[in-house]
Amino acid sequence: MQGGGNTIAYYGYKDGSGDFFIRLDTDKCKECVNKPCVDACPAGLLEIFVNDYDDVVVRVEEKHRRKIKYSCSVCKPVFGDRIIVCQAVCKLKAIAHTW
Amino acid sequence: MMITAGIDVGNKNTRALILKDREVISRSLVLSDFDHKKAALYSYELALSKAHMNKEDVNFIMATGAGQEEVTFANGRITEVGSAARGAVFLFSSTRTVIDVGAEESRAIKIDEKGKVLDFAINEKCAAGTGSFVESMSRALEITLEEMGALSLKGEKSVPMNAQCAVFAESEVVSLIHARIPVENIAKSIHEAMASRISSMVRRIGIQKEVLLIGGTAYNKGFIAAMEEDLELKLIVPADYPEFISAFGAALVAADKAGGK
Amino acid sequence: MPEAREFWRWKEYNWKTPDFDWKDATLITAGVDVGSVSSQAVIMCDGKLYAFSNMRTGSDSPNSALNAMKWALEGTGMTLTDIHCKVGTGYGRINVPFSDRAITEIACHARGANYMFGPTLRTIMDMGGQDCKAIRCDENGKVVSFLMNDKCAAGTGRGMEAFAELLGVSIEEVGELSLQVEEEPPPVSNTCVVFAKTEAAGLLRSGWSREKVLAAYCSAMAHRVASLLNRIGMKEDFAITGGIAKNVGVVSRLEKELGVKALKTNYDMQIAGALGASIFAKDLAEKAIRNK
Repeated sequence: MQGGGNTIAYYGYKDGSGDFFIRLDTDKCKECVNKPCVDACPAGLLEIFVNDYDDVVVRVEEKHRRKIKYSCSVCKPVFGDRIIVCQAVCKLKAIAHTW
Repeated sequence: MMITAGIDVGNKNTRALILKDREVISRSLVLSDFDHKKAALYSYELALSKAHMNKEDVNFIMATGAGQEEVTFANGRITEVGSAARGAVFLFSSTRTVIDVGAEESRAIKIDEKGKVLDFAINEKCAAGTGSFVESMSRALEITLEEMGALSLKGEKSVPMNAQCAVFAESEVVSLIHARIPVENIAKSIHEAMASRISSMVRRIGIQKEVLLIGGTAYNKGFIAAMEEDLELKLIVPADYPEFISAFGAALVAADKAGGK
Repeated sequence: MPEAREFWRWKEYNWKTPDFDWKDATLITAGVDVGSVSSQAVIMCDGKLYAFSNMRTGSDSPNSALNAMKWALEGTGMTLTDIHCKVGTGYGRINVPFSDRAITEIACHARGANYMFGPTLRTIMDMGGQDCKAIRCDENGKVVSFLMNDKCAAGTGRGMEAFAELLGVSIEEVGELSLQVEEEPPPVSNTCVVFAKTEAAGLLRSGWSREKVLAAYCSAMAHRVASLLNRIGMKEDFAITGGIAKNVGVVSRLEKELGVKALKTNYDMQIAGALGASIFAKDLAEKAIRNK
């Protein structure tokens, strides 16, 4: 199947306290061979899988999706520098956080 | 003689506490319901009458809690984080981390030896990380909170709870009952799920000993056990009135303001 | 199950087309969507909808899948072995014992909605029992962007059920009742269903009618769903699927907030996932035939 535009996947949740999603541009992601974000993530949130359209891309592990706010807190200290590692190592700029 | 009052208006309960020279002489607790203004006044009058005092006798009133703005008769206001820290360090001077789990909000507060707030994290818009979660679960199990706490200590094996949301967890608990999982194991799992969420919040600010647990949920033995296991440390838990620490802290600040240290 | 809980229980049903006989078909495919609350099975003959069922999911996914399938087959004379290819989807998709492949509910919903609403469809809001999904797709029903929220009951059918339960009205009446207000009240301020229920109980005590409380909740739900749609980028044409698509109280308020009308269809909107799965099954079967 062919489609126009990039496919954007959002993993995470919205609850009373806010929106917490990791945004993955899978059309960029599928071009990346090494997928350094998977090993770089200090919380081990990401995994590689084959999606429904047979592209090899990264996604957030199911068990982290409902607690992503806390899983990602390693990279988001309340005080001090925020270096979001997955974003930093992704040369194609395929990963973004919504919060 | 110095009489001061602390009034803590939470989303669910409102508490008033009267101090005479920094000693507690009365407490009152009422439902906040819809009219926080009314709840504040009612709890204050109730506490005064219990203390056999009149409004004229009171030197200073501090308001705290989510509805502090509604305490129109207060002389001053303090955030719930500030009042909890003040109360905590006064009662347990070695406290460096305060975990406050109330009915509709929970927070973790990092303080120094003087009770100064260094950092904090709050959860208030989602029932999953508050006392309401355990309350909903006890309703689903059709037992009281006290029973659930006691039962959970007898639980031998926990079952994984997938739901984070209290509403989904209720359905999950019902299906666990149908699957004939022993109720003490369900109770244990509920407290573990709750504790893991609270611990995640506490870890955000970094855990420093001693760790004090306050708020209404500090009555729940099952939750305390699950928290201690999750954090791998022993918690300090006030022997009585853990839900009044914020009101107490506010009244202490009132005493500071009213008549020197 | 105590009787008091029954009023929010919706009716289960099945359907079969009167227009043609499956025995005339060359390719028969099926899709089963095992959701956390309801399960649907769809049977298609040569890419045309033939029969479907919609049931409540039991505690056991494999059985729920089989029951839904059996019920869709009921009265057709067809058996499972007559179906050339079957695809499972939904929350319990890996537990569909008879399926040839499992495909995510996101992809299946987009595909099914594309069939139901036509190739102009670009944005789908699926409000299921325990999750809600916002999906953008292209003219072929391929997913362009998606977001799924299954952490929180707000904006899901279960959240609405909890409300119906509190007010003692059936889930099917909620929408109509919520429109019987003279003036639109402000939305319920708490997102969390547990806190919103406490808020609603207080509103009832303060003299609000049931209708007014329902109106306030439907509009809060519409607002929440709209924010998810705006996150993925709302684009027309727009359609709503899932159980809440049948709730006119939420739908009309969502349309108003977004400023667009949702496409209408004669298909049962709860079967979008299963329908998409059966279309994927058709692709798979055709591919298998070509590769032979």
